[in-house]
Amino acid sequence: MATTVLYFAWIKERIGTGEEHIEFSNDVSTVADAIGVLKQMSPQHADALHDMTRVRVAVDQTHVSFNASIKNAREIAFFPPVTGG
Amino acid sequence: MIRVQDDPFDPGAELNTFLARNPNSGGVANFIGQVRDFNSPDIDNIKSSPSLPKEMISSLELEHYPGMTEKELRRICDDAKSRWPLDDMIVIHRYGVMTPGDPIVLVCTAATHRGDAFAACEFVMDWLKTHAPFWKREHSSTGASWVEAKAVDDDRSARWNRSATESKNK
Repeated sequence: MATTVLYFAWIKERIGTGEEHIEFSNDVSTVADAIGVLKQMSPQHADALHDMTRVRVAVDQTHVSFNASIKNAREIAFFPPVTGG
Repeated sequence: MIRVQDDPFDPGAELNTFLARNPNSGGVANFIGQVRDFNSPDIDNIKSSPSLPKEMISSLELEHYPGMTEKELRRICDDAKSRWPLDDMIVIHRYGVMTPGDPIVLVCTAATHRGDAFAACEFVMDWLKTHAPFWKREHSSTGASWVEAKAVDDDRSARWNRSATESKNK
């Protein structure tokens, strides 16, 4: 089943799209694994995701760390540290 | 009650509605965040370099993560309710394009005593700043730039973890 991958703010701008649907293989089990796959997709992906200290992630709309599981995840979102309020 | 909206809101009218709904709450606290007219990268340096030129902001654009924003705000409100005895609370947050002076966010908390209302209001703002998925982009005469998150906001948010641990250890 394809996973919805979302990007926001400058990450979305650098990658050039806000939403992708990606079929991750079975050996991709954590957020960090997924980032490895995404960085191979294009130079834009590699550029946007190269400095992980500037990237935050949510799985199914909950903040998680890079070692979190993405098994059964429907939605993974990558974004910069938040700046609302 | 949580509202995330593109439309402007009137903080005075919202506060009056909130007061009318909670006539028996002895303490009502509120916070209103407004769009500033100068850019934020300088703010952390203003104390050390007060002569640093400030760049005027023409508009502020707020992007958010529909769905997660509402969930995250609800989690923060539920957390506040579990920490303090609150009668009621509202959070209203805008997204889209705003100009200086426009209200961005309103938090109102109602409790029997002011201490709980003050603390819960501050907690919700500190956690909203570091957890709710919003991203600001400032537009000025030199172009548009994404606002960087500030370490001071992480520090303000983290102190609530410390105080929670301390009260558990008492």
